[in-house]
Amino acid sequence: MSDQLAIELVGVDKRFGQVHANKDIHLKVRKGSIHGIVGENGAGKSTLMSILYGFYHADSGEIRVDGKQVSISSSQAAIALGIGMVHQHFMLVENFTVLENIILGAEGGALLAGGVSKARAELKRLADDYDLKVDPDALIEDLPVGLQQRVEILKALFRSADILILDEPTGVLTPAEADHLFRILRVLRDEGKTVLLITHKLREIMAVTDEVSVMRRGEIVATRQTSKTSMGELAELMVGRRVLLEVEKGPAEPGRPVLTVENLTVRDTRGVDVVRNVSLEVRAGEIVGIAGVSGNGQSELLEAIAGIRAVTSGTVTVDGTRVDLSRGTKDPADMRELGLAHVPEDRHRMGLVTRFPECENAILGYHRDPAYGRGPFLDFDRIRTAAKVEIEKYDIRPADCMLKTANFSGGNQQKIVLAREIERDPVILLVGQPTRGVDIGAIEFIHKRIVALRDAGKGVLLVSVELDEIRALADRVLVMFDGQVVGERAPETAESELGLLMAGASGQEAAE
Amino acid sequence: MTAGQLPRWVDYGLMPALNVAAAFLVSGLVVLLIGENPVEAVKVLVWGSLGWNEGIGFTLFYATNFIFTGLAVAIAFHAGLFNIGGEGQAYLGGLGVALACLALDRYVPWWVTLPVAVLGAAAFGAAWAFIPALLQAKRGSHVVITTIMFNFIAASMMVYLLVNLLSKRGSMQPETRTFESGGRLPLLQDVLPGTDFGSAPVNLSFLLALAACLLVWVVVWRTRLGYEIRTFGANPVAAVYAGISPLRITVVTMLMSGGLAGMMAINEIMGSQHRLLIEFVAGYGFVGIAVALMGRAHPIGIVFAAILFGMLYQGGAELAFEMPTITRDMIVVIQGLVILFAGALEHMFRPVLLRIFGVLAARPAPVA
Amino acid sequence: MFETLIFVLDSTARLSTPLLLAALAGLYSERSGIFDIGLEGKMLGAAFAAGAAAAVSGSAWIGLGAGILVSVALALVHGFACITNRGNQIVSGVAINFLAMGLTALLGQAWFGQGGRTPAVSGDGRFGDVTWPFAAELRDVPVIGGLYSELLSGHNLLVYAAFLAVPFSWWVLYRTRFGLRLRAVGENPGAVDTAGISVTWLRYRAVICTGILCGFAGTYLSIGQSASFIANMTAGKGFIALAALIFAKWKPVPVMFACLLFGFLDAVAIRLQGQQVPGIGEVPVQAIQALPYILTVILLAGFIGKAVPPRAGGTAYVKERS
Repeated sequence: MSDQLAIELVGVDKRFGQVHANKDIHLKVRKGSIHGIVGENGAGKSTLMSILYGFYHADSGEIRVDGKQVSISSSQAAIALGIGMVHQHFMLVENFTVLENIILGAEGGALLAGGVSKARAELKRLADDYDLKVDPDALIEDLPVGLQQRVEILKALFRSADILILDEPTGVLTPAEADHLFRILRVLRDEGKTVLLITHKLREIMAVTDEVSVMRRGEIVATRQTSKTSMGELAELMVGRRVLLEVEKGPAEPGRPVLTVENLTVRDTRGVDVVRNVSLEVRAGEIVGIAGVSGNGQSELLEAIAGIRAVTSGTVTVDGTRVDLSRGTKDPADMRELGLAHVPEDRHRMGLVTRFPECENAILGYHRDPAYGRGPFLDFDRIRTAAKVEIEKYDIRPADCMLKTANFSGGNQQKIVLAREIERDPVILLVGQPTRGVDIGAIEFIHKRIVALRDAGKGVLLVSVELDEIRALADRVLVMFDGQVVGERAPETAESELGLLMAGASGQEAAE
Repeated sequence: MTAGQLPRWVDYGLMPALNVAAAFLVSGLVVLLIGENPVEAVKVLVWGSLGWNEGIGFTLFYATNFIFTGLAVAIAFHAGLFNIGGEGQAYLGGLGVALACLALDRYVPWWVTLPVAVLGAAAFGAAWAFIPALLQAKRGSHVVITTIMFNFIAASMMVYLLVNLLSKRGSMQPETRTFESGGRLPLLQDVLPGTDFGSAPVNLSFLLALAACLLVWVVVWRTRLGYEIRTFGANPVAAVYAGISPLRITVVTMLMSGGLAGMMAINEIMGSQHRLLIEFVAGYGFVGIAVALMGRAHPIGIVFAAILFGMLYQGGAELAFEMPTITRDMIVVIQGLVILFAGALEHMFRPVLLRIFGVLAARPAPVA
Repeated sequence: MFETLIFVLDSTARLSTPLLLAALAGLYSERSGIFDIGLEGKMLGAAFAAGAAAAVSGSAWIGLGAGILVSVALALVHGFACITNRGNQIVSGVAINFLAMGLTALLGQAWFGQGGRTPAVSGDGRFGDVTWPFAAELRDVPVIGGLYSELLSGHNLLVYAAFLAVPFSWWVLYRTRFGLRLRAVGENPGAVDTAGISVTWLRYRAVICTGILCGFAGTYLSIGQSASFIANMTAGKGFIALAALIFAKWKPVPVMFACLLFGFLDAVAIRLQGQQVPGIGEVPVQAIQALPYILTVILLAGFIGKAVPPRAGGTAYVKERS
């Protein structure tokens, strides 16, 4: 690591309307280092990197690359400056070959023929130098995600990038693939490249970075040498106070089983079994947490139980009523009838119609309830009255049930969903990522509500990729890996042990 | 991503008004281009369509067609579907009306025929929308393309039927026999005392069209089905989450849409022509797209937009008479411009308005 | 029998030409992610412009230039609505069809006063038939004479241009930088954008290509196949071309075969008009005319293969805000 700076940001500032995404950012990245940027979802990491890659323009501030002040007006300018980026959602053309994807934008002439053979040779050289082997003639859609990511890295190197930005690169990787990625990153650093690693996973920061900057609410709150900090300190910096979410709750008093899942298997459109033979049980008065790295089948499991996703086999028993989901005769409405409520992982995509006024979202999924009208008609007086009650009870702000839902903040939108699902007095509540993109104040409120539901004798099945959240809320923890439940632990189990289970280690290995 | 926010009256009032104004401004330029005075043209047009009783009658007659086809497009919009098949569905609706009238006109009075004809129009129009709907819901074939194809298939089929099966014996004309009084709707002036529309064919169907507006409003905004349609249109994923069946909503909405388009034939066939003839739809199905866009898919907006287009059709006929260089094709031009400005370019003025109203200080940079 | 076959194939070539040019035109736009149901309108606008310019100037080439100019202008309106303003591509296409339909008839009447027609042109005002060498000499040789002198020789320049446009389009699409980017932007504009290429400019270039080819198609109709513009002379050909494009799954060489098939159906329909076919009786011509549309619907339904449109087609590109 040299003292020369590859990148220096001075007072970079960016707003999107009312959202102040980046506040007065000062950042120094040393040449030939792996520099981590860590922060919660929504802390402004991706915006900052998009500014660096010319995707957005900063409202004010200065960017220096290799000591020279530059203006990055487009991705093209960034590429010319030797900056390459591996996006969280891969920017690949799926029905193109690896080679076609790599030369796209750097074809080396108006005709393809000449550039292609040169690119082929260059690709081979890169593959040898950095241990990045991939078949140049394979179609992207036929490659596993790990290899697709490798293509993204090759794309950047092919454009002779000296600075490589990786945005949440491990979100879609298996632990083994992630390890391989880290090895590649170290090789790149040793070859003199500079790597910027954006992540919200502290473990990765500790494993691979030389320095780390912490972002919180659009600001860089600290920069540390990785060897001189700890996960605890970083976590504290990320959230601005002790990370251990203290949720006041007494011991669980589990009663009768309210949700039993037996031998559930879900195959996705690609023909891959994403949930494999999962069985679990949730009793009245307990919170069962499902921990796991995102993409290990938790989302699909939740959607399958809710009746949204078609399953290959498996049954679900809700409050004594057994449903064979593979028959395809039950839909989400039927599952609701049985007393199952569902707070979906992605409220924008699934849980809300953001174009509707609040009161219309307060009945989504329950619009056939006789309480909201007579026969085929809806009674909007009653709907508004009911919505107002929920608004008050859940302190949803602004307290205007006719306001377009898109105009509420993330936390308040989540409260709208939560109020709708909890207030129907369900037997069992499925909750996915209840506090994703939600501000601290709302997190506490939401956690309290979930615990209150448990204490009222209901069952809760909680899916979260935030291990801390699982440990704070759950009475029992199930760990999912590669579509299977690989272990059950008490929430007090050491984080390291749960982490190993989540990474696919066998139970015995994890315990050691 | 939420776009910048504008006051409601700007979003729903000023911006559409600006769009339509832009369309008419460009239309004025076209009139200038062919060497006529646009102000004079507007005078002739307005007088021709509103200045005398018969003119008003014709305006309302055309507006009746446009209300039906506009509602057809609008209700599909609410489900996120684009039904370009109004033309073919209305054509088929004509077949339904004609069959009812041909079967009954000699035996019963018109008020007995009417419900059967309405049913026939709606059922035949709906049937023609059914296959595209099913293919979209089950097979993912885009309803836009399939309904276009079905327009052409309808045209070929109707020519075949009219030439070979339905035409009068011994006649070469591709049309049915003229209906007797049992297959003719009364004129509006005979139903509403004190009105006089001269020889204009505006008939009872106009009231039927207004009733259809009310019905569509109730269905879309006051029923559980309408709630499901709007949810599906705004966020199909959330609709599935809410237990709303995409198949059911797609099919039901397209059936209603096709049915409404088919109802247009009541006005033309039973109300005015009193026989089924070739190409009677004459593009009215397509005008529905302009009407729905201009009326922002709301029944009240559609009534106003339909009357405006009725004025254009009637006033345009007068205009072609007074200023022969401005043929009725001018209406088609205006229609195209309205669709362009009120539809495809609907957000063109948004950035300017946003700056004027200063609701947002900064906006994401436009696509570079 | 052989003569009838040659005759039908010969008219197939003539009838396929406008379809082929328009379908290839649509290929560029749609492969770049901009759906275009306005092929009809662009063709019509070009046909009028070509007819009018040729009538005024007496030159077919000036006619072609005018046709291309007008068609490209309409394509740019589509581009402005869909690319710059991110408007609905279907709505914009519908608007352009009406605009062209209305303006051509209106201006035709205002300028020439012949009920929407343009004055008939002849000689240099039209694209005349090109006779291949030795066509006259070989005419009487069996089989070869029919094929060479009747089928291959004796079409106008635009027919040959249309069929040459097929390998040319293939070459552009699969062998040039522009083609690679064009295919990429229709599948994943984000990939193109992050590779430092302007999505906007790329898509504009694609719709300009569409405009140029539609210009050829329209010109062929008014001063190639006919001698003047007639109001609404496209009569749905733009939509058959669209059907052919879908039927060919957005690939240049299959587009040619689809257009030949649809042109052939048209030729057969004309040939069979009012004729008795042994064993069948009178064939309903309307059924044959509807066949291209019916076949396309069946294809879209997924009963014969699957027509998967370019993945990013129909949606405007908006940078994702993370």
